[in-house]
Amino acid sequence: MNMRMGVTENTQRRIIEYLKEGKRFDNRGLFDLRDIQIETNISNKSEGSARVRIGKTEVVAGVKLGLGIPYTDSPDSGVLTVTAELLPLSSSKYEPGPPSEESIELSRIIDRGIRESEFIDLRKMCIEPKKEVWTIYLDIYPINDGGNLIDAGAMAAVAALRTAVLPKTEKGKDGSTRILFGEFTDKNLPLNETMPLTTTFHKLGNQILIDPTTEEEDASEARLSIAISQKKKDHFINAMQKGGKVPFTVEEINTILDNVPKISKKLQEVFEEKLKKAEKLNK
Amino acid sequence: MTYTKRFDGRKFDEMRPIEAKVGVIPNADGSAYFSFGDTKAIVAVYGPRPLHPVFLQNPQKGILRCNYDMLSFSVTERKKPGPSRRSKEISMVTTKSLEPVVQLSQFPNTVTDVFISIIQADASTRCAGINAAAMALAHAGIPMTDMVSAVSTGFVGKAVCVDISKEEEDYEEDGEKDVSDIPMAFLSRSDQMSLFQLDGRIKPEELKEVVEAGRKACKKIYEIQKEALKAAAIKDEGKKK
Repeated sequence: MNMRMGVTENTQRRIIEYLKEGKRFDNRGLFDLRDIQIETNISNKSEGSARVRIGKTEVVAGVKLGLGIPYTDSPDSGVLTVTAELLPLSSSKYEPGPPSEESIELSRIIDRGIRESEFIDLRKMCIEPKKEVWTIYLDIYPINDGGNLIDAGAMAAVAALRTAVLPKTEKGKDGSTRILFGEFTDKNLPLNETMPLTTTFHKLGNQILIDPTTEEEDASEARLSIAISQKKKDHFINAMQKGGKVPFTVEEINTILDNVPKISKKLQEVFEEKLKKAEKLNK
Repeated sequence: MTYTKRFDGRKFDEMRPIEAKVGVIPNADGSAYFSFGDTKAIVAVYGPRPLHPVFLQNPQKGILRCNYDMLSFSVTERKKPGPSRRSKEISMVTTKSLEPVVQLSQFPNTVTDVFISIIQADASTRCAGINAAAMALAHAGIPMTDMVSAVSTGFVGKAVCVDISKEEEDYEEDGEKDVSDIPMAFLSRSDQMSLFQLDGRIKPEELKEVVEAGRKACKKIYEIQKEALKAAAIKDEGKKK
């Protein structure tokens, strides 16, 4: 029987008691990440794709390109569309059906981090102003939800974008562009160095932690997801989302903000190292 | 021009390289991965678990419910997320192909959910999905009377081929499409068919030939499925010690 009831009150109490002593069930420190594994090019029909594992959580993301008309308020910019589908395959808590609030929130946090950090130079994705631009579809799917899907999803999204290449195109007689699907150029997407990854902070009792397991996530009272990018040595917050039933105190917010640069630096380093390794394997 | 040599150099009765594994999704009660060359399917089984809404429940036995879908980036042109007419039909025929072997009478009022995701598509996705689903059900410990193995077969030009690839699916002779695509599933021990579909044009006597080719291929698939399940069982046994 697979009956997922969330976490019991007893377990929640025990988790909080442990945290007061600075301990977690899996022996990690409050601001330690689980082991990260990255694989790139996991789906060869996509323009770019990646699989990210963090602890028991596994997420895949893929990039497909299309052609479209630009938005009237940005006639010389490509279009970015980020979606996430919380597959019922990945956990008994998800059910088939139209996108849930949770899946929309997840994709929008990741979307805003990428957009606001200007990770993709969308102006370079314009073919003809007002008429034709590239549309970048970035789709994120969890395969196994073992907690912290937002941060894992952002990693998979960035890794997929990093490996993505433009498809080949041809000009029709009427001047319109046609994509030769399945044929790729060796031109990468126009990306900046910013690497917008997210870190989600969870509040349990009076403690703040990152990268929760499923149990910790179920016991969590509130969360704050922060998309952080890096430019030279500076860290910038590009998107934020507060979730959960309980409010944060200003002191708690300050604790989080004090820790952002350190945590973000570590995450960026680990991510970059693992991604480079994965990309090398694929060459 | 006739189709005398396969695009990827395979023999006519040869399938693409197969990879089969179980236990790929820790959250699930049972899970499996199955690939035919570039076609990759993963499956999770959840259940038996209570079925909601209640009016769908069957007090005589549990219900099997398969859900097939492709990831948006698994195909050359992006597939819009969410169910389509195609995915709904495939979900249905997949359920029908597996129903004859699962014994759910011990689990009244429950549902056993089978979620199939195609990670990468290069034809025969429903067959890869069924093969993985049958393995995932066994891995979940669902009582089964038999295994189910599926393969796509058909004529490409004048040649009977098994495990048809996307390139072959689009084969043309003299400017006309000349392919019959016939996915089929066999129950391994009782040697009966639980999936049988066809797209194309074929004479009845030719179809007999195709069924025979599919039957042989399914026997080989069954051996691979069995090996993967055995390997997982041995590994689990090792963990207990």
